[in-house]
This record gives sequence, C-alpha cells and structure tokens, in this order.
Amino acid sequence: MTTDHAIPPAEVAVFDEAFQRRPSSLWRDAFRHLFRKRSAIVGMVMLGLLVFVALFHTVLATHDPNIPMLDVPAEVAAGVKKRTPPCIHLLGCPEDQPQHILGTDGNLRDFYSRMVYGAQWSLIIGFTTVGFAIVLGTLGGAVAGYAGGWVDNLIMRVMDVILAFPSLILAIAIVTVLGPGLINALLAIGFVSIPVYARIVRASVLSVKEAEYVTADRALGVSYSRILFHRILPNALTPLIVAGTLGIATAILDAAALSFLGLGAQPPMAEWGSMLGAERNQVFTSPHLVFFPGIAIMLTVLSFNLLGDGLRDALDPRLNQ
Amino acid sequence: MTGYIVRRLLLAIPVMLGIVFVVFALVRLIPGDPCRAALGERATDEICEPYLERRGLNEPIPVQFVYYLRELLHGDLGDSYRQGRPITQLLVERLPVTLQLSLFALLFAVAVGIPLGIVSANWHNSGVDVATMIVANIGVSMPVFWLGLMLQYLFAILLKDTPLRLPPSGALQPGIIIPPLYQTYGWHVSGAGKTILDFLSNMHALNALLSHNSKGLGDALRHLILPAVALGTIPMAIIARMTRSSLLEVLGLDYIRTARSKGLAEWAVIMRHGLRNAMLPVVTIIGLQFGILLAGAVLTETIFNLSGVGRALYEAITARDYRVVEGFTLVIAVLFVAVNLIVDLSYAYLDPRVRLQ
Repeated sequence: MTTDHAIPPAEVAVFDEAFQRRPSSLWRDAFRHLFRKRSAIVGMVMLGLLVFVALFHTVLATHDPNIPMLDVPAEVAAGVKKRTPPCIHLLGCPEDQPQHILGTDGNLRDFYSRMVYGAQWSLIIGFTTVGFAIVLGTLGGAVAGYAGGWVDNLIMRVMDVILAFPSLILAIAIVTVLGPGLINALLAIGFVSIPVYARIVRASVLSVKEAEYVTADRALGVSYSRILFHRILPNALTPLIVAGTLGIATAILDAAALSFLGLGAQPPMAEWGSMLGAERNQVFTSPHLVFFPGIAIMLTVLSFNLLGDGLRDALDPRLNQ
Repeated sequence: MTGYIVRRLLLAIPVMLGIVFVVFALVRLIPGDPCRAALGERATDEICEPYLERRGLNEPIPVQFVYYLRELLHGDLGDSYRQGRPITQLLVERLPVTLQLSLFALLFAVAVGIPLGIVSANWHNSGVDVATMIVANIGVSMPVFWLGLMLQYLFAILLKDTPLRLPPSGALQPGIIIPPLYQTYGWHVSGAGKTILDFLSNMHALNALLSHNSKGLGDALRHLILPAVALGTIPMAIIARMTRSSLLEVLGLDYIRTARSKGLAEWAVIMRHGLRNAMLPVVTIIGLQFGILLAGAVLTETIFNLSGVGRALYEAITARDYRVVEGFTLVIAVLFVAVNLIVDLSYAYLDPRVRLQ
C-alpha cells in the first residue's frame, strides 16, 4: 500500500516519541496502585514472611515436628515435660530447663517446630483448593456462557443449588460422605467454591461473546478453544485473581474448621487447625497450645484478605480514575 | 409487588428440590447401606435385612427418592438410627437453641457493627477510622472456634476473680431449671400446641422472660454472652465495613451537601439523611449473615457445649447417624434459602427499582 501524502517530519517525531514511551499496561498500573495502598503492602509483607517460613521450614525448625521427645537421645529429652509453657533462655527462662520457644504439646513435641511445619500446609491448602475450584469453575462457566440455552440453564441451576447451602455445612456433609482426611476436606472445600468462579467466567463470556473481534475470529475459522483462551478468558482474569485471592482466605479458614472438627488433616500432621483441635480441651491449663495456631491461621487469612482487597482496588479501572 | 413475590417463590422451588436431591444423593453415596454404615462391624444380615426391607431401602434409588419426597411432604424427616426417635422431635429440642444463639449473635453484630461503621465513615481517614478498619479486617480473618476458646480462657480463667467472670460453657448453671411454659402456667396442651410451646420453651432466655423468672433469665443471658460474641464477630466486622462504605458513598451525594448548607446539625445530616439511604445494602448484608451464623453454629456450639443443631450435626457425623446428618443439613439449607428469599423480598419492598428489573 502506498500513501498519497507524505507525513510531515514533525508529526513523525511525535509518533516516535509516543511509541518510545514505556507502555502503561494494566499490570504495571495495577502494581503501582497496589504498592501505594498501605494495607496491601502489610498483607504482602505478611504473606512474604509466611512463604519464607514455608520454604525454609527444615532450617527454621529446631526439632522434628512429629517425633515425641521420648524417642530421641536422652540428653535432648532430659527434663522435657508435657505441655510446658514457652521457655526461651534469652528471655530469662532458667538454663537448666530445655529451650522450647513455644513450649511443648501433649505428645512431648516441640510446638515451635510444629508451627513452622504448619506454614506450608496452610499455603498448600489455600492454593490447591482455589486452583481446583478455578479450573472447574472456569470450565463450567465458559461452557455455560458459550453454549447458552439449556446447557447454560442446567449448569447455572446446579451452581445455584451449591450456593444455596452455607458453604461450610455442605463441605462438612461432603466430607462425611467421602470420609475424614485432608485430601477429602480439600476436595469438599474446592467443590463448594466452584460456583463463585463459574459465575465470574460466565459473565465475562457473555459480555464479549458478541463483540466484533470475537465474531471476526469466528468468521476467520479460529477454533473454539483458541477463542476461549486468547479472546474470552483474558477478560475474566482480573476478577478471577481478586476472587481467587479472597477465596484462598476463606478456604484456609474452612479447612482449619474441618481439621478442628477432626474431619480434615489427621494427627500427627502438623496442620494448624488440627493442632488446635487436638489441644482444645487443654485451653484452660495450656492456653499457648491453642493461642499460637489460632494466631497463625488468623494472620495467614488476614494477609490474603488484605492483598485481595488491595488487588480489587488496584485492578478495578473505575476506581483508578 | 405481588407478581414479584410469586415469581421469586416459583424460582425458589427448583432450588429447594435441588437441595433435597443433593442431600438425598450425598447420603446414598456413602459406601454400603445405611444399616451397615451405622453399625460397622456389628452389622449382620439378621439385623440389617429386615430393617432395610421395612424402610424400603432395598428399592431402586429413584423409588427411594420418591418415598423420601413423600415423607418430606408429610413433615417427616425419618428417625435417628442411634436414638430411635423422630428427627423432627430432635429438631424441636435443638433448633431453638441455635436460633436463640444466632439471634443474640446477630444482635451483637448489628449493635456493634453499625455504630462502628458510622463512626469510621464520619471521621473518614482519621485514626478512629483506621483503627476500626483494622479491627474489622482482623474480625473477618479470625477462626470462630479459636475466638471462642480464647474468650473462654479470658473470661473464665484470667478474669476469674473479677465481676466480669462469665461461664465458659453450657446453657444454664447446674441447679437452675426453667420449666416449660405450659408447666409454669399450668396449661393442659397436646399435639401441635405442645410442640410449639416446647419449641419456645427451649429458648431458655425467652422462656425465662415469659415466665418472669429473673434468676433464670440472668443466668441464661450470662451463658449466652461468650458464644454470641464468638459467633457474631465475623458478621460484626462485615456489617461495619459495609456500613462504612455505603455511608461514605451516600455522604458524597449532592443532597447531603444541600442538607448541610441549609444549616442542619451534623448528626441530623448523618443519621436522618445519610444513614437512612445507606442502610439498604447493609440490610441485605445483615440477612446474608444468617448462613455464616448457621455454619458457625456447628463450631460455636461444639466449643461452648450448647445442644443446638450445629452440635447435633457434629455428634451425628462422629456417631455415623446419617439420617440425622441428612435431616439437619436439609433443615439448615432450607432455612438459609428461606432467609435469603425474605431478604430479597424485603429488598424489593424497600427499593422499588428491584421489582421492575
């Protein structure tokens, strides 16, 4: 193609400058807004700390989290008693007592090491359940939105029924059927959170299904899966990220509740919810065994909540104006 | 409005049917038949076969579903395997406890959450606002069961020798008995009337109030404080956040500026002009908290030794009393749907725009 009119050099320079400027992408903008929000930064710092503990749990732990002190060499085990309160030599705990930063639990295990090992589980629980729910929810929502008609109706009515239960109650009922255990608890929690993501994806499918660029793709004979993954899903990405981050917080809380009731992680696994459940009758005599796991769960959930709220504000273009 | 109500009620029917089907299907998915699942090793053919035959549990699943629906329509949830009693009878004993607890928790959530929201919206971005939002964020992140245990420790151990001491568990102190209403007043009732009175009497605080038993009322309330605070904290935090953001939005509108410029006192602007319009989303949120309360009741009642629906559900799971699990899950889900429906309808009543959509 040739042009009839040559572009004046001055305008070329303007264009050049415009193209050389760093493009302001959605993600760059979002990060800028995220780092301007104090609560989101607090959330990220807390989360970073948690990831650090989860990654280096073997280095940070002072004892084996699962072996009672009875089974270790006598010089290590000497003087260890059940459910002793925290003893830190630097803070004035007598030198003749063995040092246990967060005390010991009912099975003569070092509670601090168990807490450290628990960090990885809360992250694994959060990410696997939400990942599972997002994958299935995206699939269901995309099919429903794309197919329309009775398929849409069927899928979304099923989602309505799942949403009609209080989520923890349905998760409890599902675990009752599957049998107690961490994997089953994760499946149950993942399953009950599918509708949230299905609705998000369906809504964004419906909003771009009839857009010109999708019609153009269809006219060109682009495959359905390519249209779905390259044209439609990118539109659903930001709401999915926000809902997913907040969903991780809920999933960790629900998983802790199931473990607390004895339906999730089983002893001796060092999972915070089940550690709390195992010692809950000792709250009046050894409150530290209940206090620390609960605080850890709360801070983890809080960090995801703060980050999720921050992401929502940062990724919503209407709020950025 | 009538048209809208009818439409919403009709829409709720398939959801209710879906719930019944899910609950029915879940229990049928448990490996083995209900008799062998409940009895475990002690199950023998001599015990189980007649039982399954009598209950129609040997029939094909679709036939069983029809039987199940028919029973439900007659208000029959079946019998507990363990206790041999009708589940509806268990409900009359257990549901009032949960309802009373949930109501008190909601009362706490509203009474604390809304003022917090107002204060923090009014002094937007001040220290009070930041502190309130920190409290609200921590509140939604707290495991209910942990908060319950910590409250028990605080009020029963740390504050043991102060007037603030509160009982850590149970519904009433041993020795304090609040007789059912018909006994107090010497009424002779039977049938449905007795069931209703039993139901009301099992809400200890209400029962004590109605029978002018001030000692019983005081004790019942003292036992309710800790579980209600534990259960109500998450809803409180959500209500506070919602009130704040909704009120902030309204306070930025033109008519508020008009109200201020005509010289109205600040509290009148906020309470009369702002809050009234900001309450609509808050009312919806309050209604939606009911589901959180019902789910939280399982945990709270287990910790505080209250014999409500939640603890009954937990006990039924550990005892593998699947008929009770089925019945109680169903009742909780139906209650949840019903409350959501009422919220929807009241929303439509308060805001005519919703009806027209």
